[in-house]
Amino acid sequence: MRRQPPQWRIEMLLIHCPYCDEARAEIEFAYAGEAHIVRPPDPSLMSDEEWQRYLFIRSNPRGRHHERWRHIHGCGRFFNAVRDTATDKFEATYKAGEPRR
Amino acid sequence: MSGFRLDQGGRIDRSQPVSFSFDGVTYQGYAGDTLASALLANGVMLLGRSFKYHRPRGLLGAGSEEPNALVSVTRGPGRFTPNLRATSVELHEGLSATSQNRWPSLKTDFGAINDRLGMFLPAGFYNKTFMWPRSFWDRLYEPAIRRMAGLGEAPTEIDPDHYGATYAHCDLLIVGAGPAGIDAALEASGTSKRVVLLDEQDEAGGGALSDPALWKWLEESLKDLAAAPNITILRRTTAFGYYHDNFVGAVERLTDHLPHPADGAREKLWRIRADEVVLAQGAIERPLVFAGNDVPGVMLASAARTLLQRYGVAVGRSVALMAAHDSGWRDIFALARAGVGVAAIIDLRESVDAALLGEAQVLGIAVELGHSVIDVHGRLAVKGVTIARNDGAGAALLACDALLMAGGWTPSVHLWSHSKGSLAWRDDLGAYVPDQPNEAVRCVGACSGKWSFGSGLVTDSLPTPRDQSRIKAFVDFQNDVTAKDIRLAVREGFKSIEHIKRYTTTGMATDQGKTSNLNGLQIAAQALGRPVVDIGLTSFRPPYTPQSFGALAGHAQGALFQPTRKTGIDSWAEENGAVFELVAQWRRARYFPQGGEGMLAAVNRECRAVRSSVGIFDASTLGKIEVVGPDAAEFLNRMYTNPWKALEPGRCRYGLLLKEDGFITDDGVSARLAADRFHLTTTTGGAARVLNTMEDYLQTEWPDLDVWLTSTTEQWAVIALQGPMARKLLAPLVEGIDLSADAFPHMAIREGTICGVPTRLFRVSFTGELGFEINVPAAYGRALWERLIADGAAYGITPYGTEAMHVLRAEKGFIIVGQDTDGTVTPYDAGLDWAVGKKKPDFVGKRSLSRSDIVAPGRKQLVGLLTDDPTVVLEEGAQIVADPAQAVPMTMIGHVTSAYWSEALGRSIALALVAGGQQRIGEVLYVPMPDRVISARISGTVFYDPEGARLHV
Ligand SMILES: [Zn+2]
Repeated sequence: MRRQPPQWRIEMLLIHCPYCDEARAEIEFAYAGEAHIVRPPDPSLMSDEEWQRYLFIRSNPRGRHHERWRHIHGCGRFFNAVRDTATDKFEATYKAGEPRR
Repeated sequence: MSGFRLDQGGRIDRSQPVSFSFDGVTYQGYAGDTLASALLANGVMLLGRSFKYHRPRGLLGAGSEEPNALVSVTRGPGRFTPNLRATSVELHEGLSATSQNRWPSLKTDFGAINDRLGMFLPAGFYNKTFMWPRSFWDRLYEPAIRRMAGLGEAPTEIDPDHYGATYAHCDLLIVGAGPAGIDAALEASGTSKRVVLLDEQDEAGGGALSDPALWKWLEESLKDLAAAPNITILRRTTAFGYYHDNFVGAVERLTDHLPHPADGAREKLWRIRADEVVLAQGAIERPLVFAGNDVPGVMLASAARTLLQRYGVAVGRSVALMAAHDSGWRDIFALARAGVGVAAIIDLRESVDAALLGEAQVLGIAVELGHSVIDVHGRLAVKGVTIARNDGAGAALLACDALLMAGGWTPSVHLWSHSKGSLAWRDDLGAYVPDQPNEAVRCVGACSGKWSFGSGLVTDSLPTPRDQSRIKAFVDFQNDVTAKDIRLAVREGFKSIEHIKRYTTTGMATDQGKTSNLNGLQIAAQALGRPVVDIGLTSFRPPYTPQSFGALAGHAQGALFQPTRKTGIDSWAEENGAVFELVAQWRRARYFPQGGEGMLAAVNRECRAVRSSVGIFDASTLGKIEVVGPDAAEFLNRMYTNPWKALEPGRCRYGLLLKEDGFITDDGVSARLAADRFHLTTTTGGAARVLNTMEDYLQTEWPDLDVWLTSTTEQWAVIALQGPMARKLLAPLVEGIDLSADAFPHMAIREGTICGVPTRLFRVSFTGELGFEINVPAAYGRALWERLIADGAAYGITPYGTEAMHVLRAEKGFIIVGQDTDGTVTPYDAGLDWAVGKKKPDFVGKRSLSRSDIVAPGRKQLVGLLTDDPTVVLEEGAQIVADPAQAVPMTMIGHVTSAYWSEALGRSIALALVAGGQQRIGEVLYVPMPDRVISARISGTVFYDPEGARLHV
């Protein structure tokens, strides 16, 4: 049985959706992990080590972090963001497929 | 008995007497009093016992910074609130409060033995003493500590109150309605800005409430603000936390000050998003650190002034002042002018402003400069003090019944710190003040370090000729931390204030060190011989003051804790006595007991009906996704382990979904309706997750694929009709579909109508019997269900619930993802090799299936388990061992994932994940339970009709 997270969580960030072009409350969004990790076009060509790196190894920096968010309770689109993991401040958000900022 | 009510003065309403009780004794106060002011007016100085030493304590402050006077308030059954500051509890008729942390009574408290054992309870005492031996912890240490420690008691009954919540947006949020906050609001009153001004007290005014000279200004200003249409004033509202992007959480207290709780919400949580925030939180006076500074009757000078000016209460008949700051002089002058007896002014400084000395002379107050209090006499109340010159000479006794402390001021930078604004140290104030903002925020008034209280001498503690290691000079009153404790921590090697704080617990009580942090910091810096800025500053964290769980939970409790999803057929199940269970957020019928049946009897009957005739099951909760577009088959081919491209329209396939790590994450039967259209089903709990994953791949990995995904879970009611009589029952109701075995084989889908309603009719089976899953638009679900029940009566149709469904599928070895798998199970582990399209070049998770640890031998594999005693049903989750005689802890080689009584087989069955299980078929393994060891033989996973003869009819 899966339980929802408690509803009294304080959702605080404002996030600019590059598709809606609007800053909306965090509660409309879902985090989706590190950005710019491209699925290899042919995984069968990868060594175990390369595949392991793709699956599990993430940069986890203190500071600028490229990450994905989904405007799940809005337009539904996945997009990329640069967020400072120490201050939680968003430096930029941009559409999926656009080059790394 | 020192405090008393003056004949005049204050903002209380003397025409409205209010009676209340404290520790069972009835007293009288006035409307406008706090519990603290009313008790003091009645001469009650002793309000609580301290946390660790159980020392008698009275008021220290007069506002929400109060560390000592914590009380419990009862407002009827379930309405019990511990740890309220008496200074913030508004008096009302019938208020019933009790003191805390004492037994048997406030005046005689056995716990006070800790005070005399004080030399054995140094900083870190608990860490040092209760470490060893481990076995003593549960039996001895913890019960003893629990009896002695703790602030107040937790409520034991369910809170009958309800709590509201709201979102607010404004251009300007002002926190604190003292003079600075009111000025900021007045400034914005002529603009078009939406302004919210909030304050924690019952009256706006802050410090102005304690200064009659400002009352006229206050009244006029509040009138102007009330008239301004763009300004909202929230009283009794505490901004408890400042979060990112100018998001401020606040709690408004709506009913606690009323004699009878009204029908409305008790408290309301405000989530406020502001363009700009102005913090006008003021400053808190700082106690001085000297022996006996916690005796009831020793309090902040500003608190005495507030009690006098706002509540018309004198703190004593002979009041002394121990000052290091000018502000205390003004406070005691106010007392003197109101006719309160003043014993003396003692000031640490060798010289003070001549104007102050002049006024003291006019008022006839004796002044001792360059002196400090070195001891306080009296246990339950101040009886006098010993003072001495700062060089230790000239000790003299001074009689008094209250002692005021004026140690300077600490700007309230709590919310500023929550917002991650930086702080700058001011040597002249001995305090941190706001420096660089991190949000659109500014501080005004005293919380920015600007005040008109005069100046003072910054000191970490008062000089004393006594042995510092033998006196108790309190720094943190609520956690009972003394200057000695902090110095000891430094001697023991702690260098950072973060560590000193955790070791001594200074600043870690419910008041978060509002009155103690800077004294603690300065004592530590002094002991380390380093500047204050070098040893760091502990962070303030929300909440500013303790808030009730009720306010934070709001309506998210009981039935409203989370949404309960119900199918269109749920109401029928309820009317027919179903027992429900929650699956994800869905409420599902678990079984339908008849007469006095228990669960097992009901489930056995339901299973028998499905195997012998026909059962009916509400499967509407199945996740459903419509996958449409020219590349739909290609997309599913990449997502699922199975091949999809060759699947003909009109046929179904069991689909298995992995994560990229190769582990099973979902499954379900899906149908191809047309070349470019699929009707997917997912597990009940996995629907949203699967759709999200699919959208992710579609949007970000394969945006070139022309595919659209739509959640249709709630569009369709799904009725599973399962059993040998299913076709006979269905046939007369269906139009446009040939139900014969040849025309409509197992794992096929047909579109037509049923009872005139359009249907997607699946011939599928999760029971191993001839079966159909009838999809109709959700609104027709119940009507169709009732028709099937009516027409099915001839066949003894039996509604069955999720429990029978589980038994029936387990008899067939069908897995439940999340029950028989746990996120570490591959298709091979689950015996689902046949569902993996090995010829496909790629699918999500394929590469991982050849990783070394996935192909290694000895992985846990899904097998069947038949107990040697067929009547014993194993416990799900029970661990499995090969040798029950081995020493504990045993080597566990697997666990039971599913276990039921099988009515069809007349014995128990189980599924289990066992290391190397598929090679162990026929072996006997053991399940050790607390009372016995159960032996069981490993089998295949299909217990019933392994040839599938019953399906293909
Ligand atoms: Zn959007």
